[in-house]
Amino acid sequence: MRRLVPLLLAGFALIAAGCEKKSQPSPTETPPSTAQAPGGDVPGTPPPPANSGTLLLGVATALTGGQATFGISTRNGVELAIKEANAAGGVKGQKVAMKVYDNQGKPEESAQAVSRLITQDKVLVILGDVASSNSLAMAEKAQPAGVPMISPASTNPAVTEKGDYIFRVCFIDPFQGFVMAKFARETLKTANVAVLQDNKSAYSIGLTEVFVRKFTEMGGKITTTESFSQGDTDYRAQLTAIKKTQPDAIYVPGYYSEVGIIARQARELGLKVPLLGGDGWDSEKLFELGGSAIQGSYFSNHYSPDNKEPRVQKFVADYKAAYGGVPDALAALGYDAANVAIDALKRAPDTSGPAVRDAIAQTKNFPGIAGTITLDDKRNAVKSAVVLKVGDGKAEFVTTVNP
Amino acid sequence: MAQLLQHLINGLAAGTIYALVALGYTMVYGVLKLINFAHGDVMMVGVYMGYGTAYALGRQAQKSVLGVVLIFLVAMAGCALLGFLIERFAYRPLREKPRLTALITAIGISFALSYGFQLDIGFLPGAAPRAFPEIIQPSEWLIIGDRDVVVWNWQIMSLLIAVGLMVGLQYLVFKTRFGRAMRAVSYDHRVAALMGIPTDRIIAVTFMIGSGLAAGAGLLYAIKDTSVNPLMGLFVGLKAFVAAVIGGIGHVPGAVVGALMLGLVEEFVVGYVASTWRDAVAFGILIIVLLVRPGGLFGRVAAEKV
Repeated sequence: MRRLVPLLLAGFALIAAGCEKKSQPSPTETPPSTAQAPGGDVPGTPPPPANSGTLLLGVATALTGGQATFGISTRNGVELAIKEANAAGGVKGQKVAMKVYDNQGKPEESAQAVSRLITQDKVLVILGDVASSNSLAMAEKAQPAGVPMISPASTNPAVTEKGDYIFRVCFIDPFQGFVMAKFARETLKTANVAVLQDNKSAYSIGLTEVFVRKFTEMGGKITTTESFSQGDTDYRAQLTAIKKTQPDAIYVPGYYSEVGIIARQARELGLKVPLLGGDGWDSEKLFELGGSAIQGSYFSNHYSPDNKEPRVQKFVADYKAAYGGVPDALAALGYDAANVAIDALKRAPDTSGPAVRDAIAQTKNFPGIAGTITLDDKRNAVKSAVVLKVGDGKAEFVTTVNP
Repeated sequence: MAQLLQHLINGLAAGTIYALVALGYTMVYGVLKLINFAHGDVMMVGVYMGYGTAYALGRQAQKSVLGVVLIFLVAMAGCALLGFLIERFAYRPLREKPRLTALITAIGISFALSYGFQLDIGFLPGAAPRAFPEIIQPSEWLIIGDRDVVVWNWQIMSLLIAVGLMVGLQYLVFKTRFGRAMRAVSYDHRVAALMGIPTDRIIAVTFMIGSGLAAGAGLLYAIKDTSVNPLMGLFVGLKAFVAAVIGGIGHVPGAVVGALMLGLVEEFVVGYVASTWRDAVAFGILIIVLLVRPGGLFGRVAAEKV
């Protein structure tokens, strides 16, 4: 009994702390598990209270887990856009703020985060997520609630097919798969390619499907299709099976955290051919995880920080100043998505769901960092892709492919 | 044929790591009848300790024999201390409470470690995966044909370490005074205390050995798969737990056999069927073993009051 008392006290203290957290919804407050990028604090923007003269944008993205760098980049991009909008006087005379929830890279957490953003925080627009599997779960919630959602970087076609309130500011997988198939066949002149896909990710399956179809149409041959599951760390079995088929290249449409390890293990088993991939590779972590093994591989992406356009260079400089490090494509797309939302809020006659939706739908020739954004009637952005080659510690621009 | 041989080698290498983690589960269970669900996360902490030590040593020193030994020592000693603290402050106060309480606490510790380590404050590493430094220069130890089959130096090393530790543990448990005390505490810790055995100390040391082993296993795992992240413990820990149960939890050689079996089965399933089947087959085997031999392959069935 003597021991029970302090335990009970500790329990009550925990419960009380939990309640406190819930009862003060400060908009820029991020969950306790938020991983702060170095210098990622925003001392300049004190959190204004919710629903009192602020326009609130909701963000649900991965701040922890295997996709954490995606989420942190996205959040930084959104934050930068909001800071700039507020510095320029805000929107409709009000400040813009954001509320971020960590979805841990999981669809079920994403759905829950969106429910909270809609019912509890009453956000005007939802921004997120990167992984298509998460965005699909989010769209399920946002569409019936009539809250517009803009995915910064989900490339699976099904995302915007969830309904007329769901938009995206990136190109879609069929295009990305096509870009890589064309590049592999025409530029690299490969004839036999093996595929290693992530069976747990809608993104990876979508990319594989288009790549395989286009590559075969162009006269190439797929030697084998092996699969793995997100979070695996041992790919030697699949790679051993792939090695037997002697491909010229391996298409690995996965995320950086897996691709880095796959590259190392492929080299270890004596597979020397280049790996090919998509925008899921884009993270500084790729170079660290892949080391020299990933060098000489190629991936399709949304933008290159080497782009000489002044607005891109200004963004890269601002981002470096605020967060340190070169912004990856996810940061650029997060920034673009937030700017499209802010621009729509400016143009919309009022901030009701339908009005904002219509304003977003009319986005035309919007100067984004990752290309000019025009939303088509399927609410997808139509824009070009770049192919990057992995060099020593950075991705080098190879070519631009237009739709 | 070559492919089969390569799968066999890969599977053994994977199983070896599971074995080392499973030994920790089995030891703690053997003495305390407590499934320490935080074991995998202690392993993860050990990996980060090794990671920190490797970076503190610098690129040259971390690859020297002395450097590698130092990395292992720091990680294992650090984890032994962590194991001691967890036992002292999380499990010991609950020892007289129903076993379920300790089990729930163990799960709590597990989550506290794996999610606490995703914070990015001070020395905490942040959520993003990191590349573990190449502290052991990988080299091919055996090549058959035109690189049809490749055996790596670290694979041999892991296997030797795992077998060595297993033999050492078996000796410790059955041939030493400390081992006899462990078995006595395992049998009935109240009566053991009456007989003059320092129960608390025996349990604490058992925890420290188990946690030190976890750190060693974690480092071998990090050398093998090169990527480390704060959630790695959950995954490896679960697999090792399954291995320990298949072998008969509480049984030292059983844990090793169960782990090697699991590693091989997983490798063959992924190599010849599909990766989606891997976990299904692993847990399917667990279910079959529990149905046919509820105590595991090597374990004895003990009636237990619930």
